Amino acid sequence: GPKRQREQAPRSKVGVGKDTQEKETVIPERAEEAKLKAKYPNLGQKPGGSDFLMKRLQKGVFISPPFSWRLGRQKYFDSGDYNMAKAKMKNKQLPSAGPDKNLVTGDHIPTPQDLPQRKSSLVTSKLAG
Amino acid sequence: SLGAARSSPSLRLGQWCMSEGDPPMESRADIISTVEFNYSGDLLATGDKGGRVVIFQREQENKSRPHSRGEYNVYSTFQSHEPEFDYLKSLEIEEKINKIRWLPQQNAAHFLLSTNDKTIKLWKISERDKRAEGYNLKDEDGRLRDPFRITALRVPILKPMDLMVEASPRRIFANAHTYHINSISVNSDHETYLSADDLRINLWHLEITDRSFNIVDIKPANMEELTEVITAAEFHPHHCNVFVYSSSKGTIRLCDMRSSALCDRHSKFFEEPEDPSSRSFFSEIISSISDVKFSHSGRYMMTRDYLSVKVWDLNMENRPVETYQVHEYLRSKLCSLYENDCIFDKFECCWNGSDSAIMTGSYNNFFRMFDRNTRRDITLEASRESSKPRAILKPRKVCTGGKRKKDEISVDSLDFNKKILHTAWHPMENIIAVAATNNLYIFQDKIN
Repeated sequence: GPKRQREQAPRSKVGVGKDTQEKETVIPERAEEAKLKAKYPNLGQKPGGSDFLMKRLQKGVFISPPFSWRLGRQKYFDSGDYNMAKAKMKNKQLPSAGPDKNLVTGDHIPTPQDLPQRKSSLVTSKLAG
Repeated sequence: SLGAARSSPSLRLGQWCMSEGDPPMESRADIISTVEFNYSGDLLATGDKGGRVVIFQREQENKSRPHSRGEYNVYSTFQSHEPEFDYLKSLEIEEKINKIRWLPQQNAAHFLLSTNDKTIKLWKISERDKRAEGYNLKDEDGRLRDPFRITALRVPILKPMDLMVEASPRRIFANAHTYHINSISVNSDHETYLSADDLRINLWHLEITDRSFNIVDIKPANMEELTEVITAAEFHPHHCNVFVYSSSKGTIRLCDMRSSALCDRHSKFFEEPEDPSSRSFFSEIISSISDVKFSHSGRYMMTRDYLSVKVWDLNMENRPVETYQVHEYLRSKLCSLYENDCIFDKFECCWNGSDSAIMTGSYNNFFRMFDRNTRRDITLEASRESSKPRAILKPRKVCTGGKRKKDEISVDSLDFNKKILHTAWHPMENIIAVAATNNLYIFQDKIN
């Protein structure tokens, strides 16, 4: 794992000659918190807050919609993407499908015309179960 | 070394070794994600990140080698879960096996439940050592015979064959969890089991796959109000109406299914009061319970949080009766452990058969054992270098500051990639299984 550069291990016991009022060395957790806040000043106050937990609930590899239909199994026509792209590119020239219809890039929003004939599902979605 | 007599009940913490035939078994592809002995201890199941289950069986003791106890050899391997894709949410569903739980054995076959994030499967593992020969309707090579050509009948004979172990999925329990399954637990009634995800717990009947009862639901109406999630759940070993679940806030709720159909109100609430003066940004994260296990006796339960293991008496809710520090020296490393996400590692814990000792893992391939009676503890390492067959494992020590003694390892030298999250203890004997990334170590205590 990422090894931190060597730093002096905080003394949990007070050394000879040191000021015994050093609270930071008595509560290492607080010292660590100060370190973290120094690095990330925008860190939210409550780590247990709902944003934090929401992220935990959503763990999993998220594949964003424009790419999900490029997974090689099937192509899906996403009307939302298509309509948004149409609206955005009203004044621009739509990138044409080009001579190679099989070449799909991130910029190319598929139109109903250039989707291949839909084959039957190889993998039945469990949601349809 | 404690050097106790063979029949002494106390654990001989200093005398663990690997037996002759048990070199660490390396899973070629994948990280081991769960380890579980069956009720007799003769079978040991492991699940891995690639969705495979490998079952080891203990060999019968060899009379010609009286000093070597039964070794564990591969008994069966099968692909339990495959990766799936949730098209609706554009999320990949991992095939990683989160938990395996054995069913008590009722006939010659063995049954286990294995689960990934979304789907639980009941597997039947059965042996075949006989084959029928002399069928009437088919040839020896399986080709069908023309029934009109058959002029005489014969009775097929059973002949011995090489042992074949077959695994077949008998039930698939799917589509009941919106969130990620973290626990499954078989009930003492041997008919039902529970499955828990981050926000809900469901009760299943082993025979019925198209329905399950929701018995706990902590999902708030408004997700903005979400403050904690379920981290683990387990049925009581004897009382079939009682189960517990732990939370990310370090609390445990005990529920009685007799009180209501939806157990949103707990019967008991276990929480250790926090010292407000020591509260920090990390307090809640490190208090999150990663595992909860009832003792075999059913009187106690054990919880694992990031830095410690706590034993609770079910009769006392306001604090644990025992607390064991696993790696307290990490308290002064929380900042970097937060940055590299290690602070979210989910360590498991386990009891020995007599509940006199507990074991849990740590970093650098270290694992810790605590003897509840003598209050002694030991740190051992699961690694090829320190595990030669029949050699006793040497206790390890982490140096926390000041001068580092010879053979001690400093906190900064610990390898946080080598984490032991999963360990298991044989239900009756002093045999332990320790999963170190993609290696499985089996240690037995040495008999003098």
